[in-house]
Amino acid sequence: MPVARTIRNLGHRTVEAVWRIGYASRFFAMILLHSGTSFRRFQLTIKEVYFTGVMSLVIILVAGLFVGVVLGLQGYETLKSYGSESSLGELVALSLVRELGPVLGALLFASRAGSAMTAEIGLMKATEQLAAMEMMSINPISRVIAPRFWSGVISMPILAAMFSVVGVFGGYLVGVVYIGVDNGSFWSQMQASVDFQHDVVNGVIKSFVFGIAVTAISLFEGYDAPPTAEGVSHATTRTVVESSLVILMLDVVLTAVMFRGV
Amino acid sequence: MSAQPLVEIRDVNFTYDTRAILKGINMDFHRGKVIAIMGGSGCGKTTLFRLIGGALKPSRGEVRINGQVIHELDEKGLYAMRRKMGVLFQFGALFTDLSVYDNVAFQMRELTDLPESMIRDLVTMKLHAVGLRGTENLMPNQLSGGMARRVALARTIALDPMLILYDEPFTGLDPISLTMIGDSIRRLNNALGATSVLVTHDVQESLKIVDYIYFIADGVIAAEGTPEEIMATDKPFVHQFVHGLGDGPVPFHFPASSSYAEDLGVRA
Repeated sequence: MPVARTIRNLGHRTVEAVWRIGYASRFFAMILLHSGTSFRRFQLTIKEVYFTGVMSLVIILVAGLFVGVVLGLQGYETLKSYGSESSLGELVALSLVRELGPVLGALLFASRAGSAMTAEIGLMKATEQLAAMEMMSINPISRVIAPRFWSGVISMPILAAMFSVVGVFGGYLVGVVYIGVDNGSFWSQMQASVDFQHDVVNGVIKSFVFGIAVTAISLFEGYDAPPTAEGVSHATTRTVVESSLVILMLDVVLTAVMFRGV
Repeated sequence: MSAQPLVEIRDVNFTYDTRAILKGINMDFHRGKVIAIMGGSGCGKTTLFRLIGGALKPSRGEVRINGQVIHELDEKGLYAMRRKMGVLFQFGALFTDLSVYDNVAFQMRELTDLPESMIRDLVTMKLHAVGLRGTENLMPNQLSGGMARRVALARTIALDPMLILYDEPFTGLDPISLTMIGDSIRRLNNALGATSVLVTHDVQESLKIVDYIYFIADGVIAAEGTPEEIMATDKPFVHQFVHGLGDGPVPFHFPASSSYAEDLGVRA
């Protein structure tokens, strides 16, 4: 009976999905519960900040510069038709600080650091390194997972801020140096329009939330990956896809709350 | 043999989904002995291994180590028990981001307050015991399979465990490494006064070093005894297994539901 089979499949998939959400929530709770070591032995977290944050710097800085340059070029063309070229600084800065810095920074972070985290944890599991740790009376969540989680949460806002800073510099290069927008109005308009609380802090909050989401997804996918080459490969793909969708979805929610007061 | 065995396995049953993997297993591992658990692939050896390590809970029965029922311990109790155990995983499970030195020192650093100078001496002694002093600065990917297994063995005995579990310690090793690992298992067990349990299907290597053997087939103990008794046994399954014969109670062909002639569409 095809109808019965379809209903059965649907039920099976629903149960699987609910079970997985529950398992992921429990995993996240375990990370928080076992986070003591990450702060007591902060060098463990710092070591991971190097791998997740510092090693992602190149892609973040280069991408930030290009995005700033494109914003400068496109923004100038549009503003010129309204005779408001002097507002280029404002447009570039607000776009980057409010949206592009946190969102693009997080998307790049998910592709660069998140996928690496998933693959690493997945392979540690496949080669029984996590089981070995457990049999040594050392909790792998506390020793391996939690420091990576906090490293992501710490790194993400810093990377997003750097993305925005370099992006503004890119906008300056193309707007002021290349096109010839007035230097003084570029910076003064930016200074006048970017509000620290409303724009900068909200941008930082966004990137902080994205950092939690991306790192939690990456670690869970690695931890839950079947211990095979195919399993780790699928988990890595899922990390990038799920992280990207969650970032964009959260961005809608956060933007609505922060800037529209929904 | 001393009166109280270190490990007592009593009427252990384990069912996965609806499939019975272990059916009423009873075993005793006496102190100071090296014991092998043998059987074909998928016979339940690894499940038993995980039950002893406390990674799984039996459906019925119990595993006692040093008088304590493993599955009744809480997380703290289980971790305290595991501190007295060492486990050598099939392919070593070395931490790939740490050097040989840091791998062997890992447990000492994580679980003790020993000063670094003492850890250095202990790591040197452990590596010397497995013949690999001088490899401290190498990374796991710079080691051969046999060397990695020996480094893992040094890490396993880092805190002088009373019970050492070996999961397929002979898999994928060349003959020289095989002998080295086998000798090390026996020698270290004697030196530490520990009890070692090998889950393996390598008959010839195991018979050289173990004191007692359990054969598992279809979830039950098919035979047990000293190496001499096992070699001399006339039980068809054990005889086939020990001598590696293609013909015997374990058939070459999978029990297909239809006959060969039917599948080929010819009359028998």
